[in-house]
Amino acid sequence: MLARQFDALVHEAESGVDFDGLQVARAADGGYDFRTPDHEATGLSEGELHAHADDNPYVTNWYFWEREVQRHDSPRRAFLRRAEAAAEHTVGERYDALRDGMVTEWGQLRIEATVDPDTGDRRYDVRHVDDAEHAVADLTAHDDPLDAREVAKHDDDGMYRPLKSATNAPTGWVFPDLDWRDAVETVELFLPATVANWYREQRGELDVDHWADTMERQTGIYGVVEELPREAVEWVAEAACDDSQCTKRREWQYSADDELAADGGAGVYPCREPCSLVVAAGRKWTKLEEEEPREYTFRMTPSEKEQVEGIIEAVADDRVDEIREADVYEDANRYRTRYLRAKLFDDHGNLGGVPTEQDDHDHDE
Amino acid sequence: MSQALVIVAHGSHLNPGSSAPTYDHADTIRAAGAFDEVRTGYWKEEPSLREVLRTVEADEVYVVPMFISEGYFTEQVIPRELRLDGWDVADWDSDGLSADVATYTAADTGQTVHYCGPVGTHSSMTDVLIRRAESVTEDPAVGEGFGFAVVGHGTERNENSAKAIEYHAERVRETGRFDEVQALYMDEEPEVDDVTDFFESEDVVVVPLFISDGFHTQEDIPEDMGLTDDYRTGYDVPAEVDGHRIWYAGAVGTEALMADVVLERAADAGADVSSAIETVRETTRVAPGADD
Repeated sequence: MLARQFDALVHEAESGVDFDGLQVARAADGGYDFRTPDHEATGLSEGELHAHADDNPYVTNWYFWEREVQRHDSPRRAFLRRAEAAAEHTVGERYDALRDGMVTEWGQLRIEATVDPDTGDRRYDVRHVDDAEHAVADLTAHDDPLDAREVAKHDDDGMYRPLKSATNAPTGWVFPDLDWRDAVETVELFLPATVANWYREQRGELDVDHWADTMERQTGIYGVVEELPREAVEWVAEAACDDSQCTKRREWQYSADDELAADGGAGVYPCREPCSLVVAAGRKWTKLEEEEPREYTFRMTPSEKEQVEGIIEAVADDRVDEIREADVYEDANRYRTRYLRAKLFDDHGNLGGVPTEQDDHDHDE
Repeated sequence: MSQALVIVAHGSHLNPGSSAPTYDHADTIRAAGAFDEVRTGYWKEEPSLREVLRTVEADEVYVVPMFISEGYFTEQVIPRELRLDGWDVADWDSDGLSADVATYTAADTGQTVHYCGPVGTHSSMTDVLIRRAESVTEDPAVGEGFGFAVVGHGTERNENSAKAIEYHAERVRETGRFDEVQALYMDEEPEVDDVTDFFESEDVVVVPLFISDGFHTQEDIPEDMGLTDDYRTGYDVPAEVDGHRIWYAGAVGTEALMADVVLERAADAGADVSSAIETVRETTRVAPGADD
């Protein structure tokens, strides 16, 4: 316990301390009462109070939360409390666990909290969940939360990530030693607004804008998305909002009284309305759904039909890069696919030599 | 009472560089320390305009749009997405160039939101255009013997788009610093393709009034002006075109001094940022000629 922490405790005892199991009060006779769940002493002089408070985790814990973090009823405080499961464990249990590190997973982020038992100061290590076992020295270390914006910008293949909650967060980096402010800031910059929306949900105050609400308010080039058929919205959710694609848990439905059949996923933080990527893709799907189906006649062997199905599966599940060059048993193998193209496409790229016969629908984007 | 600055921008699903200038200017302003919080929000990136206010703890929020002109985004999309209930474009009392601030309570968070006009139409943007000329020529005294072209997108859909370009071209002209000043456009007359037709000066600085470098400023305009046949092969600065030296500056929004325009917008709206403006002007000062 630091001198300033004891000074603060003495000062606060005048009006009474009651926090996380610590109770300190000034009694009518001028002495101090000091209580924790496993310790009680009354009628203490200031010197005796110091002796009881020293090395007591309940005191440094009080100081950390009430004098440093403060901000009752704020998302960031709630998030930090969650990171050490403060609602479920006593201070003593938490300090024991925090010595070894308490781990929170937040989407693809892994946040490990530790405590200095002498001061109650918490430190946080933030990294990708897949890097849990790596030594800090084996990762690229950062200390400025603002770096998170650049780290989060590209996936491990160097491709731009427009959706921060997508499941392709890069690996190989770490913010190894953040204070509580910077820890929340880093999470916020990695996964913007997820803490705020989770917090609202915890309080039963999450506002959800369902598909119909969100599309109804669109204007300009997105005004058309309102016309996407109800049935297609199921496919949108299945395509874009699946746990394999996004770490948010979809809470929006078609409308308040019309739930989608597609599973919303198991993410820790909620998705409260269709995101801008879904809106933009929805515009394309709206235009595509305006087309009338027509019949084409191709000749394909059963294996060729299965191969087309296999190619679609591989692209949809992002498995193309995993298929080995010489693995011609895979439908989406490049040589297999090139063979299929050589055999079935005419010089104009028409499958089976059958022209597509486009209507005069809008193909621009 | 704490005050926050929120810079709102378009962002992109495809171009990772789109948000970079907004981040940079936010960082400059954050370092100047005038606001308790400085945040950014985007139409196409995260946090979305819809949710950016709930990432801000302050009760008093100054929102500055990183947009060039008053129009669809500043008048419809941003107020709607920020849930500025009661928003009425008439509250800006603008002729397409003069929006400054309108104050609302955000329906989402209850914060007081001072919704500012876009950076592109602020008078101090003229200084940034000129600074861009200094940066690209690495000459703090650039002007004499030089022509200056302000380039805009130009579109029939938004008449205010051209107003901002003409406004700043006229202000640059009024400084008397450059021998010739011209407003040019990508999609309307006079076109940037014919840039050399509009200048007698051998040296011409060309500054696109765009927020970030992307498709138009990095690909279209350099190719249209004949700086290069293929943007992928790059171009020189200056580049020789039809007997002129074209000093192509890229998007004005990437100039560090842009942070000052954001602060000026907030200051006009009542934010207490005067010392920060000094700091930002100092920290974004280029020292052309000092380069080796």
